[in-house]
Amino acid sequence: MIKIYSLFVTILLSFCAAAQIDPALLKRIPKDTTKPSLNMDAVYNRPFVAVGKLPVSVGGYMEANWQHLATDGISEGHQFQFRRMTLFVSSTIGKRLKFLSEIEFEDGAKDISIEFAALDIELHPLLNLRGGMILNPIGAFNQNHDGPKWEFTDRPISATQMLPATWSNAGFGVYGKHYNKDWMFGYEAYLSGNFDNTIIDNAENKTFLPSAKNNKERFEEINSGLPLVTAKVAVRNSKVGEIGLSYMGGVYNKFQDDGLQLDDKRRVDVFAIDFNSTIAKTKTFITAEWAWIKVNVPSTFTQQYGNKQQGGFLDIVQPVLKKKMLGWQNATLNIACRMEYVDWNKGVFTSTGGNISEHLWSIMPAVSLRPTSQTVFRFNYRHQRQTDLLGNPPAVTGGLSFGISTYF
Amino acid sequence: MKKIYLIPAALVVCIAIIQACTKLQPAAPADDEILDGPVAGLSYDQNRQFLAGDIAFNDEIFTTQTGLGSVFVATSCGSCHAGDGKGHPFTTLTRFGQTDSTGNQFLHMGGPQLQNRALPGFTPEQIPTGATFSKFTPPANTGLGFLELVSDADILAMADPNDANGDGISGVPNYAVLPSFVTAFTNAIPRNGKYIHRFGKKAAAYNLLHQTVSAYNQDIGITSTFSPQDVYSGLNIDPEVTDNTVRNVVFYLQTLKAPVQRNQTDATVIAGKNIFMQTGCESCHKQTLKTGFSNVAPLSNKIFHPYTDLLLHDMGPGLDDGYTEGSAKTNEWRTPPLWGLGLSPNSQGGHYFLLHDGRAKTIEEAIQMHGGEATQSKTKFNQLTAADKNALLKFLESL
Repeated sequence: MIKIYSLFVTILLSFCAAAQIDPALLKRIPKDTTKPSLNMDAVYNRPFVAVGKLPVSVGGYMEANWQHLATDGISEGHQFQFRRMTLFVSSTIGKRLKFLSEIEFEDGAKDISIEFAALDIELHPLLNLRGGMILNPIGAFNQNHDGPKWEFTDRPISATQMLPATWSNAGFGVYGKHYNKDWMFGYEAYLSGNFDNTIIDNAENKTFLPSAKNNKERFEEINSGLPLVTAKVAVRNSKVGEIGLSYMGGVYNKFQDDGLQLDDKRRVDVFAIDFNSTIAKTKTFITAEWAWIKVNVPSTFTQQYGNKQQGGFLDIVQPVLKKKMLGWQNATLNIACRMEYVDWNKGVFTSTGGNISEHLWSIMPAVSLRPTSQTVFRFNYRHQRQTDLLGNPPAVTGGLSFGISTYF
Repeated sequence: MKKIYLIPAALVVCIAIIQACTKLQPAAPADDEILDGPVAGLSYDQNRQFLAGDIAFNDEIFTTQTGLGSVFVATSCGSCHAGDGKGHPFTTLTRFGQTDSTGNQFLHMGGPQLQNRALPGFTPEQIPTGATFSKFTPPANTGLGFLELVSDADILAMADPNDANGDGISGVPNYAVLPSFVTAFTNAIPRNGKYIHRFGKKAAAYNLLHQTVSAYNQDIGITSTFSPQDVYSGLNIDPEVTDNTVRNVVFYLQTLKAPVQRNQTDATVIAGKNIFMQTGCESCHKQTLKTGFSNVAPLSNKIFHPYTDLLLHDMGPGLDDGYTEGSAKTNEWRTPPLWGLGLSPNSQGGHYFLLHDGRAKTIEEAIQMHGGEATQSKTKFNQLTAADKNALLKFLESL
């Protein structure tokens, strides 16, 4: 009987032993900070861990928060939110062949998506081919969206509620970079999956590009049968900062089916400009993005759905203390502020000639503590005023949030 | 040692912040500054139904996928009644028909309402040749449950079709046939098989179920078991909204609170109210009405102040659009309730769009456009001193 127990215990212990990984086998791959980078490098510019001699590196991040907001005095109370956990897997498959994927679990796995999964083929630093699930390079946030990089629990409203970040599609394209002393130039151009009719026919009751993300069939079929074109150029000067200009556009609607004409071709066109810089003297980090959207909405439809939108955000982050704190070497305490504005419907009513409103502005001061550069504890206060289509008195939202986000 | 104190200190700070968080949030507007919200005193289950109706009314946006159109005016109930207040010309309705009271002759051509918008790829309706039309700005929703509970007897008591008292005011009810899905009130007083209708610019809707079903169908192009005919094809199709949702919306409309007058004790407002009475405005805009019995206790047997008599009045040639509904004549309009008037700009984009089609941009302009039975009151208004006019307008803005 004792032998049976001994055997059982031994088997159990052997399972435990097998389940452990020698930490010495885990090799953290440091970020190469000597190499200049652009926003377009964000997908690779992340911390990874290599396991032994396996040909893959893994990584990821998670973010969660508490918040207590109220709109016009009505609050939903205390809310704890698990925003997302993302896993990265990258692999150098062979000479000049790289693969990277990013799988995201949002809102407690309510939504699971492959945000990025692309094979990169380097022919020349100025000519790389990329194919798979790509992040359309519109603005900067869409590609550079990892939670631990930001001092705010919420993503920018203009990036997620006007532009559709995170917006990824099946597609192919080219990109390249060129360095010259303090200067760096990069470009990207892709053909990919496209938007659909829901951008002007959705439960948000406004032109809403993110609604196309609900269409899971977009990874198999383009609604219009025509690709979305996305292109970006960016220039960085190591002493000044980076500026990017991007465009995304195509025919979004199902104008024909089974060989029959159903509607006119209707386009969506998006232009964006982004900028980021660190003021060397004060270490103040500034990042900004602004976008304009033009959508062909039939004049016989409703002006509820606007044909012009614009908006953006400006983040200012000021490190105020960088020292050993609570045992963390080089911990950094920052103060920050985000200013946002979105106009979902820029135009005038045909019935009165008066301005259409449907806009929002928000200001969000923040305090953040970074025990390491890859982990952030952030405390935010939001004050937001959102005006409806008609320009009635705005709904005022305010409240606090505390969040954590870390790479792992 | 210092670190030991730092952690509990941080915890205390966090707890203090969490406790204080409501202090940093925007305060709720005063009850008399908003029109939405339920009547006080609903039970828990009634609150639940109110919320369900609130969501269906304000948050449910219809799309192609959920039955919008194919021709329509608005994409949701809330699109026309922001904050449950008066609507904006953006969602003005156009009704078409004819000049006499023989019933709408254009029903087979898309009448009575023009669906002036269409889904992409579809063509909006056009007003048929030969039809007359009128434009209706959406009314406020507040206090409708109180108005629904005014008895026919009380409405008839305010009517004076032959102007027996010689005051120049001769209000009449709009008698019309009930739609099949509507049940008459237990205390209804019909005439020749027709019933007194009370809601709408020409009092063409009998009760809030009638109004709600018609709005779903004619404004949004949504069919229901109550009204299964598709506005685009003219054919009966599957219901696009459930009976339950319709009932919840009706309950929501019935239990929206009555507007609360502001600055009631202000001397100018009190003076303005007296002038309102003296100039004869109250002959049609009746200050006080009462509800009958209701299963919803907060609505049952209540005195309230809507400033309407729910009757049709001849408003003169200036407001005669040459279009009619039910037994209403082309120049007859139902007295609109004045409660909530001062809050209209909060739902009309910061402006006033008054009278049936929003043509009046100020309260004074609306008074000046009164004619017909209201001519005498308008004349008295024009004879007031500037101070008295100001007091009257202040009173109207306080409603």
